Amino acid sequence: MSERSNLRLLVLAVLVTSLLGTLVARAFYLQVMTGETYRAAAESNTVREAVEPAVRGLILDQAGRPLVGNRTSVVVTVDRQVLEKEDDGGEAVIRRLAKILDMQEAKIAERLVNCGTDGAKPPPICWNGSSYQPIPVANDVDTQTALTIMERRSDFPGISAKLQAVREYPAPFNVNAAHLLGYLGPVTEEQIAAQGDSQDPDRLRITDTVGRTGLEREYDAELRGQPGITTLAVDTSGQVTGTLTSTPPVAGNYVITSLDARLQSVVEGQLVAAIQRARDEGYPGKSGAAVVVDVQTGHVLAMASYPTYDPAIWIGGVTKKQYRELISTEALSSNAYQGLFAPGSTFKVISTAAAGKEGYSLYGQYPCPSSVRVGGQKFRNFESSAYGRISLARAIEVSCNTVFYGLAERMWLAAGGPEAGSAAADPVAETAKMFGLGSATGVDLPGESVGRVSSREFKAENWRAMRESWCANAAAGYPETRKTDPKLADYFTALDKENCENGFLWRAGDALNAIIGQGDTAVTPLQMAMVYAAVANGGNLYQPQVAKAIVSASGDVIKEFQPVLKSKVEVPKATMTFLRRTLPGVTTAGSGETAFAGFPLDQIPVASKTGSAQVTGSDVSTSWYASYAPADDPKYAVIVMVTEGGTGSKTSGPSVRKIYEALFGVRGGSVNPSDSVLLGGEPQDTLPIVRPDGTVIGLNGQTSGVATARSTRRSP
Amino acid sequence: MRTAYRERYSTAPIARGTGGPGYWRDLDWILLGAALTVTVFGSVLVWSASRADMAAESDPQSYLKRHLVNVVIGLALGVVASRLDYRWLRAYTPIIYGASMLMLVLPFVPGVGARIAGARAWIDLPGGMTIQPSEFAKVAVILMMAAILSEKRDIESEPRDRDVLLSLGVAVLPILIILVQNDTGTVLILGAVSLSLIAVSGARTRWVVGLIGGAVIGGMLAIQLGLLKEYQVARLTSFINPTTDVGSAAYNANQARIAIGGGGMFGYGLFQGPQTQGKFVPVNESDFIFTVVGEEFGFVGAVILILLMAIVLWRAVMIAFRADDLYGRLVATGIVAWLAFQMFENIGMTLGIMPITGIPLPLVSAGGTSMMATWIAVGLLQNVRLHAQRAGV
Repeated sequence: MSERSNLRLLVLAVLVTSLLGTLVARAFYLQVMTGETYRAAAESNTVREAVEPAVRGLILDQAGRPLVGNRTSVVVTVDRQVLEKEDDGGEAVIRRLAKILDMQEAKIAERLVNCGTDGAKPPPICWNGSSYQPIPVANDVDTQTALTIMERRSDFPGISAKLQAVREYPAPFNVNAAHLLGYLGPVTEEQIAAQGDSQDPDRLRITDTVGRTGLEREYDAELRGQPGITTLAVDTSGQVTGTLTSTPPVAGNYVITSLDARLQSVVEGQLVAAIQRARDEGYPGKSGAAVVVDVQTGHVLAMASYPTYDPAIWIGGVTKKQYRELISTEALSSNAYQGLFAPGSTFKVISTAAAGKEGYSLYGQYPCPSSVRVGGQKFRNFESSAYGRISLARAIEVSCNTVFYGLAERMWLAAGGPEAGSAAADPVAETAKMFGLGSATGVDLPGESVGRVSSREFKAENWRAMRESWCANAAAGYPETRKTDPKLADYFTALDKENCENGFLWRAGDALNAIIGQGDTAVTPLQMAMVYAAVANGGNLYQPQVAKAIVSASGDVIKEFQPVLKSKVEVPKATMTFLRRTLPGVTTAGSGETAFAGFPLDQIPVASKTGSAQVTGSDVSTSWYASYAPADDPKYAVIVMVTEGGTGSKTSGPSVRKIYEALFGVRGGSVNPSDSVLLGGEPQDTLPIVRPDGTVIGLNGQTSGVATARSTRRSP
Repeated sequence: MRTAYRERYSTAPIARGTGGPGYWRDLDWILLGAALTVTVFGSVLVWSASRADMAAESDPQSYLKRHLVNVVIGLALGVVASRLDYRWLRAYTPIIYGASMLMLVLPFVPGVGARIAGARAWIDLPGGMTIQPSEFAKVAVILMMAAILSEKRDIESEPRDRDVLLSLGVAVLPILIILVQNDTGTVLILGAVSLSLIAVSGARTRWVVGLIGGAVIGGMLAIQLGLLKEYQVARLTSFINPTTDVGSAAYNANQARIAIGGGGMFGYGLFQGPQTQGKFVPVNESDFIFTVVGEEFGFVGAVILILLMAIVLWRAVMIAFRADDLYGRLVATGIVAWLAFQMFENIGMTLGIMPITGIPLPLVSAGGTSMMATWIAVGLLQNVRLHAQRAGV
């Protein structure tokens, strides 16, 4: 054959060799040099996590009674992946399911729509979990129906009924405690995003529910436990081809609170009673709060807010209608630690402390006229009563405003009067801040309101913020209002003009309002409880705490919450002594007298202060009753308040009395500690015992047999 | 020189029959051994690839069994091809070619053709079997072109232009039919085969240069003038950057790369490849079979497979060199070009350096027609060798 043929065959052979070499080189590059990245890609392609949620920890009261537990609920889920393989896309299956569950087909269908897609209903109705996760469509399905679904597999492909732990509220003594306990909700996108690319097995997953409010949120990380993670190898159709790793779930920790269910129940009842009294008087009595704290530790023993809601409403998703109702009644936030109110005369303990600190005589005589005129304005005493010259102690007992007005004016003048700059002394505001007003108490509940203290500083700040709109309004002259009421428009215009020009000035009138807990001062009832606790315990400002301890589901104490002393109130000892000697007089011979008539004050002296705070926009004052007892050996501080509820003594006082009766075991005129709602007559020093199986031995020796961690976990 | 010496005996009559004691002695055992090893290796890969798909079937091994049946049929056809009388084969080549062309158009007959993966290139047979006539067409084209290019020629002379043109026509006819069938991969292979045949036949250099130039210009024109449909272009170009597009061609390319790359040096082990067992790589029992060896046996396994196939090609090249006439050389050359380019195209596409086309990996992929055609090719190589051995002895 020709040389040319030989040569060309040789060329072909060389070409073929080089092609093979190219393949080997390329394979080397892909497999050896960059193989790792492909290996990772292959894993993310083929590995799915199956997450078995951990059973959430219980929330117990101080005696070991479960306030929040778990129960099992039969949940019916739909696996869309299976449905899509049906010839009709699963329509027939959904139809059958709707029939057997007695639901509308559309109601099931709307739950299967991914959030954010066209036509999706807003959460929680739409599905915001992963496509691989079966979607729950019905809770609390009865066992018979569940069995039918599981038996007729061919009729219900992709549908399963399984037991799932859901939150349960055993409500011992019918406690509600909704604002304390909080509720669960689906994890938010922000929470997921905040974790970044975390691969931590304990990380939040899109299908998780987390505490949204209250203790459920505050201690979410403790309560949540660790989910059981099974990593599965799957194929393209999502079919599981093997199990790679598997870790069992670890049940969440228990939160033992200092709350006492029985006391909480009494406090809730008494708050409602106070509201009812206000309404019986014809007042709106819209809302209210009640707080009981241990003055020696800062632990919260009971806390109630009105209006409230049923915490169980959140289980299985709240309906739109329910949610609208919750929003419109403002029942979702707690008035006890989120609501802000003018403290009124309950503030006078702070005013008195300020006067004592400034060196004003605590034992001198002060005039108590029916009104005083300061800066061209008349400041009245409550109901314009005049008592003549009285002692400061008496002024507190009868809540004489004009005595405090006098003190306020003197302090104001001493600080420089109208010419004083914003840095001038403001002893009342300083003392209020010292008692923790205007700052967070640090309670272990999320979303606490901070409030504010009426002061020179605040006024100047407020003016800086509001000045522009005040000036604009003054210039415009309220044209809308003028059409109907030119006089009112004139008044508004003048007010805004004055505010615009001089709104930063701390005038005598401001000082007068501030000293009786009016003006800009706004506090939460919990803050007030801590003020009275500090007065009671000699000036220790504690951080209020609801949780007492964290205990594992198998009974190990993980953490005990010791009292946290935030600060010591710097008020002369003599002044504190004066206050502690004076306040019981309010109950025996002052504005609290009627509320406590017949109460064995000789055995259990009660220190208290009434408050009837004026509120702009309402003729009816906020009713306050702040107290602590026993006055000679203080244990508890009790606050009850009702907005638009009338006077402190009439509306709130009787409820405070009833709470003390429950606390101390008062029957008629006699005291019997064994009748106390608290086991043993006082808050427990020891923790209830959580046994290794997760059940709780209450301090009364009873075992709580609620669906606890272990029993639920064993369920299929 | 050696070849010249051997040429002298090329016209010697074939003294012995096609069987006889010399048959076994003269067989290229290395070629046979390598081809058989590749086939066995391939069967293991087919088994691994089909396991997941067949898991739900009553007999999960049924796919493998069918493949082994194809292997046996292929071996039988190979034996026949090796024992055919050379002259007889040459004489009947036009008939083989004609029959093959007829089969090529059969897929267009309604009720007979089947469309698989967008290519109308299969013939339905009773019992769920399909035949891909383009595989046989490759053999037929090689035989036909070899016959034409080596016909009526003086030793040392180059083919006449008329013969070259005629042989080109022989190649262009199936190329056109297969183009209509959307089987771009086979078109490329046939192009490479005919170019190699014309080159090795000793045709004048301008033919070779002209054909290469024509192929390049023709390919560019086809894309420029829109003769290729958009999806064809997409398929052919998706290998350049598979990650930007998630269309099906790019998906295949991407999943294939993940499978092979993930295999690393030693692979996950048989039946352990997550991409393979998870059915992430489409058609990994046939066109994408190389992903199975890449993932489960790693770089080492891939290189072993490539080396085994290289041995087959090396023996085929040696047979072409030592052929005792131009016809035998051209038959062997055509087979070398066919197997080498098909192998490069197939493995190259799984490695992301060649366009995605639907052609099987010779001797490895499941697919009866390919298995049979390749074994016929191995048989023909043996035939050429036997012919030379006898002539040479």
